[in-house]
Amino acid sequence: MEAFEYARPASSREAVKMLASGNAEVLAGGSDLLQRMKDSVSTPGRLVSLRDARDLRGIEYSPAKGLRIGAMVTLEELAAQPDAHRHYRAVAQAAEKAASPQIRHVGTVGGNLCQRPRCWYYRNGFGLLAMQDGNSLIPNGENQYHAILGNSGPAYFVSPSNLAPALIAFDAKVRLLSASGSREIPLADLYVTPHSESDSEFSLKPGEIVAEVLVPPSEGSSAFYEVRQKANFDWPLATAAVALRMNGHTVKSARVVMGQVAPVPWRSPEAEQALAGKTIGADVADNAGKAAVEKATPLSRNAYKVTLARVAVKRAVLRAGVMEVA
Amino acid sequence: MTTTSASRREITFVVNGQPETVRVYPMERLLDVLRQNLKLTGTKEGCGEGECGACSVFIDGVLALSCLIPVAQAEGATITTIEGVVADPRFRALPEAFLEGGAAQCGICTPGMIMAAVHLLEKNPQPAMNEIREGLAGNLCRCTGYLQIMEAVAESARRSASA
Ligand SMILES: Cc1cc2nc3c(=O)[nH]c(=O)nc-3n(C[C@H](O)[C@H](O)[C@H](O)COP(=O)(O)OP(=O)(O)OC[C@H]3O[C@@H](n4cnc5c(N)ncnc54)[C@H](O)[C@@H]3O)c2cc1C
Ligand code: FES
Ligand code: FES
Repeated sequence: MEAFEYARPASSREAVKMLASGNAEVLAGGSDLLQRMKDSVSTPGRLVSLRDARDLRGIEYSPAKGLRIGAMVTLEELAAQPDAHRHYRAVAQAAEKAASPQIRHVGTVGGNLCQRPRCWYYRNGFGLLAMQDGNSLIPNGENQYHAILGNSGPAYFVSPSNLAPALIAFDAKVRLLSASGSREIPLADLYVTPHSESDSEFSLKPGEIVAEVLVPPSEGSSAFYEVRQKANFDWPLATAAVALRMNGHTVKSARVVMGQVAPVPWRSPEAEQALAGKTIGADVADNAGKAAVEKATPLSRNAYKVTLARVAVKRAVLRAGVMEVA
Repeated sequence: MTTTSASRREITFVVNGQPETVRVYPMERLLDVLRQNLKLTGTKEGCGEGECGACSVFIDGVLALSCLIPVAQAEGATITTIEGVVADPRFRALPEAFLEGGAAQCGICTPGMIMAAVHLLEKNPQPAMNEIREGLAGNLCRCTGYLQIMEAVAESARRSASA
């Protein structure tokens, strides 16, 4: 591990001042960052811990404003929050199934949204795009866990967060904070596809942090579905979040967002259209799944993920639909 | 883990009821500090990557992985390791049930399994089998095949209920 300084300021305001200069990185629970530092994949010169920034904690819900989640709320706290279960089921499900109990106790919402990809080229020091002599090694390499959508290159990694697709299905926003002030953007806009090795996969400006997530009020039903190799505690191969607004028994409008399939959380307008105006049933769910992967372009070794993503969308739709009937 | 040149500093916390001060690099893994500086070798390293749960400890009452926690993040915290748990008469039934039920073979996973089981039983003293499975989901065992482990946790819950 390289040399660095460590600071533990008492508020977010102090933290962003310390982040304003130098090669500084934020430390939340550390469950992703410590590993990257140990493997010398990340080499920050200064670490600014948000652990004591009390203002970044807390979850509040009101019917008028919706849900506010502080960036330092742990996945476990979010999964146990009754209002999240009642009004944002997909979000609670995404949190309660992420990783293991031990990791959920320490991993934070901000850290989950800003965790770096799990791509093994990246984690083994080949860089996020794994470029060699102007070409990425991934399209003809070990790409079984890589992108099937949004993969025209040179980015082939997949966005790893469970929470991001679920929150985007509810049109969540994030409030970003830096030494020069604060701004709100749609969470979906936090994620960008890099075009070169010097680009980031986040739209955060240098020294900017996620302070809180703001989820607007929601009346509809929703669900999150993950396809994993093991029943418990395994990185999902494909995930889908579906949020439905209903008009009686028909879908007024739908949001469908997939995870683990593209370099960014992948919204599917095709699946959303396949659901609008329909009554949820097996055929409708199946069509939504098919529509979601219509434009998929698998790489040499990951065609199986197209099927898994289709199934994830189909099952998330059925889960969300059942809730509405019950 | 080698830290090249960030300077060491004193970090204080309470471990198994005992105040401790160590001189360490801030990003050393809590796992290494427990094992090397404090000689608490009951906490095991299985994978070092957050996947196996062998390094589980309680930090301020919360079950966490000491291989993923920078020691500086535990400054001022109250930590309980497997040594603290087995010395606590409240949890006697668990290690006993593990021993009697053949729930430990090589034993590398056992401390972490017991920590996860303690965490589960504190929240839910009479868990159903699927709840035991969920509660131990973050802990891998390469030897037993898990059945003996889940049965030991269930047995310990039964004994505590009839005690
Ligand atoms: C074995 C294993 C399995 C896992 N399985 C899953 C899974 O199934 N699904 C899933 O979603 N996740 C999974 N994870 C990832 C886990 O959820 C993340 O490691 C965790 O949420 C990160 O949170 P943290 O607070 O520990 O982040 P840290 O490690 O502290 O930070 C992660 C990154 O985010 C940045 N960051 C942190 N907070 C902020 C902020 N407020 N603003 C800006 N940047 C910030 C940091 O600088 C760092 O780069 C798994 C992890 C492991 C180790
Ligand atoms: S050693 Fe920490 S989880 Fe395996
Ligand atoms: S007893 Fe050997 S790993 Fe579980």
